[in-house]
Amino acid sequence: MDAIKMQDITKRFGDVLANNQINFNLKPAEIHALLGENGAGKTTLMRILYGLYHSDSGKIFVNEKLAHISSPKDAIQLGIGMVTQHFTLVPTLTVAENLVLGSSGTAILNAKKIQAEIAEASQRFGIPVNPAALIRHLSVGERQRVEILKALYRNARVLILDEPTAVLVPQEVDALFESLERLRKEGLSVIFITHKLNEVMTVCDRISVLRDGCMFGTVEKAATTQTELACLMVGRENFGVTRQAERQPGKSLLKIENLCVLDKKGLPALKEISFDVRAGEILGIAGVSGNGQSELSQILAGMLKPTSGNFLVDEQDLTGAEPAQITAAKVGCILEDRHSAVVSELSVTENVALMHLDQFTKQGVLDRKMMRKEAEKLIAEYQIKASPDDRIRTLSGGNMQKVILARTLSQSPKVVIAAQPTRGLDIGATEYIRSKLLEQRDRGAAVLLISEDLDEIISISDRIAVIYEGSIIGIVPTQTANAAQLGLMMSGSTLKNREVASGTISN
Amino acid sequence: MAQFRIERSPAPVWMRFLIPLIAVVITFIITSILIIWAGANPLEAYYYFFIAPLSSRVSLIEILVKSTPLLLTGAAVTFAFSASFWNIGAEGQLIAGAMMAAWLGMVLKGVPPIIGIPIMLVGGFIAGVLWALLPAWLKVKLEVDEVVTTLLLNSVILFLVSFFLNGPWRDPISGWPQSAEIASGTMFFKLIPRSRLHFGFIIAIAVILIEWFVLSRMSFGLRMRAVGMGKEAARFAGINVQRTMLVSALISGGIAGLAGVGEVAGIHYHLIEAISSGLGYNGIIVATLAGLNPLGVIPAALFMGLIDTGAQSVSRALGVPIYLGTVVQATLLLVTLGLFVLQNYRIRRV
Amino acid sequence: MEIFLVGLFAATLRVATPLIFGMLGELFCERSGVLNLGIEGTMFLGSFVGFAVASQTGSLWLGLLAAILAGIISGLLMALLAVWLGVNQHVSGLGITLLWTGVSLFGFRLIFGDPKVPPSIDSFSPLSPFGEIRILGPIFQQHLLTYIALLMIPLVWWVIYRTKFGLNIRAVGENPEAADAAGLNVYMVRTLALVIGGALMAVAGAFLSLAQLGAFTYGMIAGRGWVCIALIIFANWHPLGVLWGALIFGGISALQLRLQVSGLDLPYEVFLALPYLVTIAALAIAGRNVSAPSMLLKPYRRE
Repeated sequence: MDAIKMQDITKRFGDVLANNQINFNLKPAEIHALLGENGAGKTTLMRILYGLYHSDSGKIFVNEKLAHISSPKDAIQLGIGMVTQHFTLVPTLTVAENLVLGSSGTAILNAKKIQAEIAEASQRFGIPVNPAALIRHLSVGERQRVEILKALYRNARVLILDEPTAVLVPQEVDALFESLERLRKEGLSVIFITHKLNEVMTVCDRISVLRDGCMFGTVEKAATTQTELACLMVGRENFGVTRQAERQPGKSLLKIENLCVLDKKGLPALKEISFDVRAGEILGIAGVSGNGQSELSQILAGMLKPTSGNFLVDEQDLTGAEPAQITAAKVGCILEDRHSAVVSELSVTENVALMHLDQFTKQGVLDRKMMRKEAEKLIAEYQIKASPDDRIRTLSGGNMQKVILARTLSQSPKVVIAAQPTRGLDIGATEYIRSKLLEQRDRGAAVLLISEDLDEIISISDRIAVIYEGSIIGIVPTQTANAAQLGLMMSGSTLKNREVASGTISN
Repeated sequence: MAQFRIERSPAPVWMRFLIPLIAVVITFIITSILIIWAGANPLEAYYYFFIAPLSSRVSLIEILVKSTPLLLTGAAVTFAFSASFWNIGAEGQLIAGAMMAAWLGMVLKGVPPIIGIPIMLVGGFIAGVLWALLPAWLKVKLEVDEVVTTLLLNSVILFLVSFFLNGPWRDPISGWPQSAEIASGTMFFKLIPRSRLHFGFIIAIAVILIEWFVLSRMSFGLRMRAVGMGKEAARFAGINVQRTMLVSALISGGIAGLAGVGEVAGIHYHLIEAISSGLGYNGIIVATLAGLNPLGVIPAALFMGLIDTGAQSVSRALGVPIYLGTVVQATLLLVTLGLFVLQNYRIRRV
Repeated sequence: MEIFLVGLFAATLRVATPLIFGMLGELFCERSGVLNLGIEGTMFLGSFVGFAVASQTGSLWLGLLAAILAGIISGLLMALLAVWLGVNQHVSGLGITLLWTGVSLFGFRLIFGDPKVPPSIDSFSPLSPFGEIRILGPIFQQHLLTYIALLMIPLVWWVIYRTKFGLNIRAVGENPEAADAAGLNVYMVRTLALVIGGALMAVAGAFLSLAQLGAFTYGMIAGRGWVCIALIIFANWHPLGVLWGALIFGGISALQLRLQVSGLDLPYEVFLALPYLVTIAALAIAGRNVSAPSMLLKPYRRE
């Protein structure tokens, strides 16, 4: 008997096949890991189960009965609860108020009665919360407990946790795992979406691995190892080093020294990061999302001020500089979020000129002919499918990214910082952007590539640094890197494991 | 099973031109309730409202007179809103300009117009800038909501006017709560003899053309628009967001101040308590109808002037209260706002 | 001194009454995520409708009821624009203020013509629950609506913090996505909040024409609505803060009246402007520390 059975689930987003004929089953009272890289289709599958997406084909059985789940309400009715990465809690309300929000009940809130109920539930499931506390005073871990309790309060028997540990500090992770064990004892089932191998090995009973939208099998924990899972997840034993001729890198152009920053919640997002990038090389920063990459790129773009540490470009200290100064120092940034790099209501021409407006201005008046000529030149050179007068928001993601790239690279920057440059783009645009980054490297620029796409990192970087929980775990030359080693490092597995995997880690 | 879904998709170009027309028709239909209440025939009333003023030279000129301050307040609001500084204080900044004009008119006795008029313009502009300074500074430095501060300052300046008109500036000749007549060298000349149309109209058109040039042709204008459309992206592009907002707020205040100069130096020749009575707020309507396009301010302000003039003509001819004009203007604003949103949606069959 | 203080306190309560109603009305709107700049116009409309109906029917209570209905309509209009259509809240609120100002003046002119002396009605007479008792007696010689206003504060607090409806309002004003995910209809909750808010604002206006003045004049509201908008920030969007905000503003206004009479050699306009300037100063000091509903000004669009 299965608590949940998903049969031949297929889901397409445009041209992308997010889930391809996936079969998945969940037993009662088990903790089941759904393992895979970013974009493997894990979250999509679970959003289908929770009624947030609708599958194109396939069937779902809950307790052996065919179920039609068209909204989260249906899922809740069937006893399915989901805790997403973005908590749906109202920060100014108390824990108790968040739990009763939207539930049926009396018009007048009886705070005492509600709090007693919650205290009881909290006791029973071993999830300690203070019903009277305001959400905004709670740590992320406590908020997560509230989310879990919210699902349980609505009688969930199956709990889906989407990367629950991504936002937690280690102590909170331990507490979460204890709670999950307790739920399993109570007879509940948990689906645990993750890409951290050590966690999988700690808490799960069975593991299902997804890659590129396909299910690559379900294994018992006892019958597998971290290394095997890493290979299964990444999908290659070794990388073919089909890279063009190596060049001797020049002097160090970008130097990062002991950079620290706190995230929006006041937790450390970067911990004493140091590395440097030399002229004529690409340093790839690999890592699973949310390990400090966003903050790193924001700092280098001048949009976020570090709490301590420095960064230098060609020996010029740019720590805490405004974006204008950074641009003036010949640093070109490609932000992670395309939409915050361009003014979506302005035209392509205006967006191209905006970054270097002084070059297109004579006594305060815009040289519109020159602006247009520049835009036309870049459109032709970078094969952008748009006309200079198009508002930038009407462009496809790939073309928008090409505009940003063109605007940045046309200034021949000394340092290029590219954060997730190909995220969400089609193959053509992706290949093009990668080739442009290689061009910059060959030109002698220092390129820092921050990407969650391991293939991308491997195919164009000279060296690979792995970031995990705000620290650089290690830096390896691409030639000597192998799948298991990188997979383990990205999963933050312990030092001992890394040493076993490879002896070539430099720091 | 056929399912329908509301989707977002941009309106075709012809739709944008049709919207003002649809808005006017809907406004007619809604406001005819009031006309019927007043015991008049809506069609007849709308004849006096929109056709009669256009068919006589005198009232055509009156439309231009009435639209003169609206051109300027509309331009002022457009400028600030373009940088998403929500200046609701054009009313107060206009009055500040009017006060400055009244004072300069008292002190500049015996100066020739060639000197007096430029001083009036510069003085009024500066007064408007000063009255916008506090909200702009508080917004940029302390993130105090500019809507609230500009609204409050609109009330404060009325007390200031009242103080001066009942105290030091009270007209010694008439004894009324109004300032003394301004010096002849500071009065705006008439564009058409024996009419009320004055030099301020030319100033207004000139300001709008300059504003259009700044916003669309100068790098500062592009920076302003970038800030208005996306502060983060503007900052990433190296723009000093705070300074840009501050400057655009101050210039907006200055433009509104010019409108006040026009009312004193071109129409009343005195400062009176009711010098504005809503011209600044109507500037927000003008700017909205114009879609925050400086050139659009011209037809929008003229149309508002037509409604003002038409309301007088309906009132005279049919005894419908003149406040019908205000109702029509407000209704037109709300209907246009609604249509702006709806034009971006389509109902599609899925 | 005693007479001075007693008079001051009595006047403070009188000035504070419409502000309390107006601020509580605005509080409902803003806690649900909508800045309602239609407040000035809705107060004017309430003032006019209350006066017109009372003078035509001879019943002050019918007047008050009509004002409340007018306020509800105003709230519905704001909901249509700001909630359902998602129009810019600044401009739609100001448009509503202009609309109701025009409609009220239009209606007044139509019903009462253009009289030299403003028409008047027999207004609500003050109650004296404490009779002739020293100090308490004269201070609390107030209109019934003043007592209702004072009672409204704990009532609104109770609604906002102790009922399901209040919880829903707070949720849609802070995190509509979460409220939606919890199964609430965000649009509907906001509409109801605006309707209640509009009704309260209209009562604020009706107090002026039906109780305080017994007449309707063009400058009736004189920026009181804008004052409410500012004071609500000062009150930190809390019903109890509303009481302090209204009493402080009312106190300064009342003091200003006393000082004028006392023959102090300062222009009375300084005192009239003082509460506004104090409010701006308070905003500047409160600055970023205030906790505005985080979804204020943001229309909700379901993805």
